[in-house]
Amino acid sequence: MEIIVCVKRVPNLSETEIEVDRDGLSLVDSDLEYDVNEWDNFAIEAAVQLKEAQGARVTAITIGDEDSEDVLRRALAMGADDALHLMDSAFDGSDALGIATALHRAIADRSYDLVLTGAISSDEARGHVGGMLAAMLDIPMVALATDLSVDRTTATVRHEVEGGLERVTRVNLPALVTVQTGLNEPRYVSIRGIRKVSGMEIPVKTATDLGLDASTVGAGAARVKLEEMFLPPRGEGAEMLEGDEASVIEALVERLQREGGL
Amino acid sequence: MNPAEQTYLGLPGPALQAVLLAVSLGFFAFIMWKRIGLLRIGAPDPRLDHLGARLRKLLVVGFGQSRQPRYFVAGTLHILIFAGFLILSVRSITLIGEGFRAGYSDIGAGYATFKDITALIVLICCVVAIVRRLVFRPARYHDRYARASHGHEAYIILGLIALLMVADAVFEGSALAMAARTGGAQGDGHSFLPLASTAASMFDGSSIGTLETLSLTGFWVHNAALLFFLCYLPLSKHFHVITALPNVFFANLTPPGRIKPPRYDAPDLDKLEVLGVEKLEDFTWKHTLDFYSCTDCGRCSDHCPAYFTGTPLSPRMISIKCRDEAYANYPVFGDATPVDQRKPLVGATIADEELWACTTCGACEEACPVLIEYVDKIVDMRRFLVDQGRVPSSLQKPMADLEKRGNPYGKPARKRGDWIGEENESSGVRQLAPGDETDFLFFTDSCAAYDPRIQDTARAFGRVLRAADSKVGTMGKDEVDSGHEVRRLGEEGLYEQLRDTNLEAMEQRSFERVVTTDPHAFNELTQSYTLEQPVQHHSQVMAQLIREGRLRLRPTGDDRVYTFHDPCYLGRHNSEYAAPREVLGGLGLKVVEMERTKNRSFCCGGGSLYLFYEGESESRMGEARVEMAAKAGAEVVVTACPFCLINLEDAIKTTGREGSMEVIDLAELVERSLTE
Repeated sequence: MEIIVCVKRVPNLSETEIEVDRDGLSLVDSDLEYDVNEWDNFAIEAAVQLKEAQGARVTAITIGDEDSEDVLRRALAMGADDALHLMDSAFDGSDALGIATALHRAIADRSYDLVLTGAISSDEARGHVGGMLAAMLDIPMVALATDLSVDRTTATVRHEVEGGLERVTRVNLPALVTVQTGLNEPRYVSIRGIRKVSGMEIPVKTATDLGLDASTVGAGAARVKLEEMFLPPRGEGAEMLEGDEASVIEALVERLQREGGL
Repeated sequence: MNPAEQTYLGLPGPALQAVLLAVSLGFFAFIMWKRIGLLRIGAPDPRLDHLGARLRKLLVVGFGQSRQPRYFVAGTLHILIFAGFLILSVRSITLIGEGFRAGYSDIGAGYATFKDITALIVLICCVVAIVRRLVFRPARYHDRYARASHGHEAYIILGLIALLMVADAVFEGSALAMAARTGGAQGDGHSFLPLASTAASMFDGSSIGTLETLSLTGFWVHNAALLFFLCYLPLSKHFHVITALPNVFFANLTPPGRIKPPRYDAPDLDKLEVLGVEKLEDFTWKHTLDFYSCTDCGRCSDHCPAYFTGTPLSPRMISIKCRDEAYANYPVFGDATPVDQRKPLVGATIADEELWACTTCGACEEACPVLIEYVDKIVDMRRFLVDQGRVPSSLQKPMADLEKRGNPYGKPARKRGDWIGEENESSGVRQLAPGDETDFLFFTDSCAAYDPRIQDTARAFGRVLRAADSKVGTMGKDEVDSGHEVRRLGEEGLYEQLRDTNLEAMEQRSFERVVTTDPHAFNELTQSYTLEQPVQHHSQVMAQLIREGRLRLRPTGDDRVYTFHDPCYLGRHNSEYAAPREVLGGLGLKVVEMERTKNRSFCCGGGSLYLFYEGESESRMGEARVEMAAKAGAEVVVTACPFCLINLEDAIKTTGREGSMEVIDLAELVERSLTE
């Protein structure tokens, strides 16, 4: 079985004091640390677990600058067999369609049974790429997988729907599944693990290598444009509920119901 | 009536003795060969250095039984039985000789009396020990995680020892009775032989024939029991009778706070196929010898804070389960079980959660009478888990943050020096740029750099140094976490990376000494960074400044009762118990000691990444410790470790003692007492 996992390098925004740049469209980079998109990490783990359980060849693909190699190394350290780095300034400023177009070109001519992507990426949180890529590859797709099993011809996917309901869907392979966090417990990647794969060759492909018309990707081709990014203004101060435990809980539940939280 | 002069079913006594001896010694040698087989394939572990120090350990801890009295009754019984064992070994050997030649065991009236009194004492000890186990059932002997009890082996061994004493008494008592009867009492008859003469008096009125039978029976029962005992030892938990002394001789002589390298024979981690211990054979030979030497006495778990608070860990069970596995997979008869036909040692026999539950406080090692090591083994097994990616999710984020930002809190590296405050005014501590000079390099480590509560203690210490006119500076954003905890969590690669970053930053600055308020950093910098400059803990620096008259303190005028909580990595791992007490002593305070104090100190719950770990437990170590402080009558707990402060302050809140108990860092206490 051939599994392809699409991964993305994103800024780690938790616990960081985020500052929006003057242009209102990007973040001040000085304190940012980057990591693999959390959803993608679950996707790699899912692929590697399938490999360990029933045998598979796992390839991780990313689009990004030189620094994005980190997330591929990490995927290799977790157990991916191969990595592919799509790197070209022509990709800069791509919207989801541009990213899906480039990924499609990179994947279409390979043999594959299963394509995994994270459900969304933490930096843009649109969740477009998986669906677009599946459509371009013309394969079935299941979104927000919380459980995944695969036999020779089908993938069985548990996925979330509204209202806490879960559904189980079976699709024929090849298929694309976008992965929700919590699907598994991603393994830790040790420094030694990274060092062990530091010598592995990672092929790099440009838009030309992929036979892509540069005008179909990048900022110029983007149809979705970011207007503004800002930190929401601080709200009014917190309110302390007074009283014993039971009455505080009662007041809290009442308040949440009134404000539409429950 | 001499056993050597009799024939048994046509077999002369000496021949019977020769057969018994050959069979038992042969069998014993065979078992030992099998047991040593596992040691021979164990990982290398150099233990032949410092022979003088090793001999001293052997004399003090081995023959001197210095660890025994911590448990008064059991310890006294053991010391007496052990001394008896040494004294009576002469008797046992001469009695073997008695089977070949009559009179061989008669080596003088002096020894006869000595050994007879000894045998009586040993017999009494055995009876007391059996009664103690049967009737009083000390809780320590039952481990809540024990699946198969080895308790019956204790009765077998105590019974065998008692049998040896009784059999010898019967042998000698009947001889005494015969001598009295035949009137041929020689000099021996007047010797003081309390046990043998008691036996003799019990045989009063027996016929000569009966006495002869008793004599022969006593002799051969003693003989057979002794040889059975010998072969039984390496099959049971009482292998320690043979292995304990070698185990003490080969004990770890490096400071307890120093973690062993993953492999002594392979310094480059990246070249190892698998890092750490996955299976029995991956332990060092000495660690396997530890398993052989465990007596299941339970002192380790009795002192273990993880066991006390109901986590899945019981250090004793690590040894017991590994020995059970060793005996099962390397049987005396038959071939060793191939690794792929066993259940995994790490992961099945020893669960991941057991290993993560250890705070590496070292209380178990301090309690073990035969110097069994636990921390190194647990770290070795964690190294394997980390290498496999099996790290609890609650620890993964802080570890990733350590890699990327040099601190486990995910805070920007740029802000590491911000605790100092504006214009160097509030703390007296300077940021050292590369090339700068100072007296004291203050290694803050992550907690003091970022935790708001601990920043207070760091600033307080800065002001104490300023009061002593010392120049002190930090490396600010160029410092990263000391790596102490990640190393103990088994992430050796990350540790090396952090250490090298710090060493590089240190090389760029000149300083006389390094000082830290964190015992964990103190431990790692002292034990593993190999710096040219001396490293001191702030308690040591303050004690020294007071001694030199450079710090003038006035009595606090506080009449509350104080106690000092020894941080594991200051006390047990680095033997510094005096400095903080010296500082406390100079403040004119009312100070009491908790029952578990100094090397018996009870871990607060663990430092650094342990604040993030979400393992199962029934209660919390910090709360248990606060209860102990309350029991000692203390109202203020003084400590000298940021994590002790955090854990204990937390525990005071959760046990509802806010207002009646306080925790304070030694530096804060000293700062309050500064004269100006």
